[in-house]
Amino acid sequence: MNEWLLILGMMLVTFGVRYPVMLLVGKLPMPDRVVRALRYVPPAVLAAIIVPSMLYPDGQTLDLSLQNSYLVAGVVGVILAWRTRNLLLTIVLGMGFFLLYRAVFGLT
Amino acid sequence: MTAGPRQEFIAGVRATIPLEIGAAPFGMIFGALAVTSGMTPAAAQGMSLFVFAGASQFIGVNLLAAGTALPVIVLTTFVVNLRHALYAATLAPHVRHLPQRWLMPLGFWLTDESFVVVANHYNEPGDPRYRHWFYLGSALLMYLNWQLWTLVGIIAGSAIPDPTRWGLDFAMVVTFIGMIIPTIKNRPMLAAVVAAGVVAALANPLPNKFGLILAALCGVAAGVIVEARRGEVKPETTP
Repeated sequence: MNEWLLILGMMLVTFGVRYPVMLLVGKLPMPDRVVRALRYVPPAVLAAIIVPSMLYPDGQTLDLSLQNSYLVAGVVGVILAWRTRNLLLTIVLGMGFFLLYRAVFGLT
Repeated sequence: MTAGPRQEFIAGVRATIPLEIGAAPFGMIFGALAVTSGMTPAAAQGMSLFVFAGASQFIGVNLLAAGTALPVIVLTTFVVNLRHALYAATLAPHVRHLPQRWLMPLGFWLTDESFVVVANHYNEPGDPRYRHWFYLGSALLMYLNWQLWTLVGIIAGSAIPDPTRWGLDFAMVVTFIGMIIPTIKNRPMLAAVVAAGVVAALANPLPNKFGLILAALCGVAAGVIVEARRGEVKPETTP
């Protein structure tokens, strides 16, 4: 079935990135340049995922207004993360602010 | 004093509890989105059980709902997961003495969240002998919690017409913000984040989340270029 084929494909590329690298690094020499470039992959990928979700809350329309709770709470989250450097505080306060903001302004 | 396997395991579970607060709503919204976009409940749970990669699953379901071709979804998943290559490479020196029966599950269970707490723990002073038990504790909690909340989301998504209206997907946004910001310790890293964010915003209208792949590549390129221009950056442990 199609969806199980998708799961199989996603499983192969996910496990196929995680496991072999863990197995081979240290046993095979990794070029220094590759290792350095790799350090930028996580923040780049994560930023590429979250910035559009903040700016295009419905996936298609750019929304820069204060009605956009994802954008407002996202900016608050950045400030929280920057000031506290504490992941738990950022998640709890950021999520709390987001829900409160939506409740107060009646956004759905 | 050396912490034994049991203490390490419990410490790993404890260190991961805070991250479950972000993962719970994220897992729930995944389950709900999966069934409302046409997946069967079994496949939705199956994806959490066998793929176990939050951001990829989320993007996969979105693409599936948009009618994207299967190979394109798998390719996008691959690019989104490339960051795990760095995680695995960072942890490899600490775990390479372990036998296969450890390495395969630990590799399968590698996530952003477990990586953050496990890498920190390996950097702490003390005897690292049993620290793979810490990793196991962290990974098992992440895995079980993810399955549980996927199931809750599947049930809720089958009962409630439009679960995205709750805005729970913001949990993913704020969790990733909390993980990215502390890693911005120098200019190349800032350049990578800003370039990826700007390109992702501009390229959002491109079909099939192609903008995501483009943005990730531009971000990495920006980091490498700024680093090369500034000369040697002091080696830093990431994140």
